[in-house]
Amino acid sequence: MTGSRQYRLARRERLAGWLMAAPALLLITVFLVTPFVLGLGLSFTNQRLVSPNPAAYVGLENYRNLVGLGVLVLEPERDGNGQLLLRDGKGPIYPSVRSFTRNNPDYPQYRGMREFTSFSLGQDRIVILARDVVFLKAVLNTVLFVLVVAPLQGGLALGLALLVNQRLPGINIFRAIYFMPVVLSIVVVALLWRFIYAGENGLLNALLSFLTFGLFQPIDWLGRTDTALWAILVMSVWQGVGFHMVIWLSGLQTIPLSLYEAADIEGASNWQKFRFITWPLLRNTAVLVLIVITMHGFALFAQIDVMTGGGPLDSTQSIVFQAVQRGYVRQDIATGSAISVILFVMVLSISLFQRYLTRERR
Amino acid sequence: MAFAGKGRSVSALIVRYGVLTVIAAIFIFPLVFMVVSSLKPDGQLLRDASSIRAFLPIGEISFDNYFAAFERAPIGLFVFNSVTITGLTVAASILVGSLAAFAFTYMDWSGRDFLFSMVLATLIIPFETIAIPLLLEVNNLPWITSEGLVTGWLNSYHVQIIPWIGDGLTIFLFVQYFKDLPSELIDAAKIDGANWLQIYWLVIMPISGPVIATAAILKFLIMYSQQYLWPLLVTQSEEYRPVMVGLQYFFQLNVAWGEVMAYLSIITVPVLIFYLFLQRAFIASIASTGLKG
Repeated sequence: MTGSRQYRLARRERLAGWLMAAPALLLITVFLVTPFVLGLGLSFTNQRLVSPNPAAYVGLENYRNLVGLGVLVLEPERDGNGQLLLRDGKGPIYPSVRSFTRNNPDYPQYRGMREFTSFSLGQDRIVILARDVVFLKAVLNTVLFVLVVAPLQGGLALGLALLVNQRLPGINIFRAIYFMPVVLSIVVVALLWRFIYAGENGLLNALLSFLTFGLFQPIDWLGRTDTALWAILVMSVWQGVGFHMVIWLSGLQTIPLSLYEAADIEGASNWQKFRFITWPLLRNTAVLVLIVITMHGFALFAQIDVMTGGGPLDSTQSIVFQAVQRGYVRQDIATGSAISVILFVMVLSISLFQRYLTRERR
Repeated sequence: MAFAGKGRSVSALIVRYGVLTVIAAIFIFPLVFMVVSSLKPDGQLLRDASSIRAFLPIGEISFDNYFAAFERAPIGLFVFNSVTITGLTVAASILVGSLAAFAFTYMDWSGRDFLFSMVLATLIIPFETIAIPLLLEVNNLPWITSEGLVTGWLNSYHVQIIPWIGDGLTIFLFVQYFKDLPSELIDAAKIDGANWLQIYWLVIMPISGPVIATAAILKFLIMYSQQYLWPLLVTQSEEYRPVMVGLQYFFQLNVAWGEVMAYLSIITVPVLIFYLFLQRAFIASIASTGLKG
């Protein structure tokens, strides 16, 4: 009697459990898992957003077109006696890259590639070729962005957290101010900072000129290939640093005060307290902060779209910006998906790597 | 407190507050500049940028830029769209997420543990990596309208709401909170003969204020402030555009900076005021995402 009642209750609980979780599970499956799997599948096809032709399987073609690289070693041209041909007595003359990449039956592997960069090695000129120069640029820019942003933003955020973790009257006001840009949209911030970075009448140039008593020459921060990405980077740090400050702060507040009291009795310096108490106990927080910054960094898009559109000369291209350009603007869903898969693999491997690094030292 | 030495002198205190204030200025001055500039005509705005006047509401002060901004773009519509989309998504994601979290925490059903770990696993998928295939997918989904069944979700409110309701982070936050509630609550309610839905709605949700606030604030920030790529992809017509995409009307080649600053102020200042009132809750919500990560 009680047995069957309990059985009935357990069955009802199973059913009710399923039903209550079902809406969330269904939505996550349809709008997150499905597009994820779909994207993986599409990246092996030639699907377009709107197309009369059905999509066909193309294997790794999209990936090959995106990440295909080649190295070309150009030997200087010589005359009949084996003497180097010199251009106006300046340097040796090399055969043109085009003669290898355009319809040269001897070098099918270089067909359609373009020069990414080149340098000299002895007498030879080494040319790095890429099938997709813009995408390669986008990958390098994004990786550079993440490599700089992660330690910079994480470190500054930790500094701020230590600063506002003091017991001072009014410290909460400073906490609130440092966090304020986080509630702003990065799109708003990007547009606001476009004015701050403007070449003429820009706030930053005016400030620098004031601080150097007029010695500083105005710079068009977003219009130069050597400053644009850095300008975007600094602004991104400004906007997001308060977020990570709060995560560090919540980590700091889990450290028992008694440890610091014991250290005080031992006569430890502030640096020793940080080195031997604070930092080791913040390891989990450090992993979290690094992973979150890395994932945000790889998602770099809105700033680019609002501030530079990838320019000047592709110096601010990013992976997501390229995914949107191909998948949406050019309606090439397949290539857009392939770029997304590459991005996911990068994010995943880096967060696994970060986890591994911090786990090992424990 | 960790680094507060004993015998703190007055000069040390002044240095501390000095450092804190200089840093605060870096965070606050761009915003002051934004609001102050929105009140100035373009000519004066550009002249003032080279001096301290950039941060002071002096000279020709008026709301002209605001009127001009409203003429340039349908700002009322954009704000209405954003508020509608954000409000509905926040409410729906909390309802759906807390229901799922309740089932994951308190109920025993087959597949539960596996499915929960799947939900947690989805947290590492950045939205940017699924945006393009999701665009293709929603472009082929059916929707019921007054004209019957139509295909394609583009240019609508629901395309900006429904994909954002199911949310692993919200579920995770609720599970963390529910786990710490005393289990006697559930047992007592069961003895009183309450069914699962009643326990959820009458026992658990009324005492879940803190986690509801946390989840709502995080979702609000994502939907109102951080949402840009997705609405950009799915709204070709201005009818359904939210405020962040509406910005596009203001960043063309010849930027009228006064109008830009007015628009930025319109869409930002209410959020900032909201934040200043609830800043403890805002900061707590971010902190709680990091506590058990």
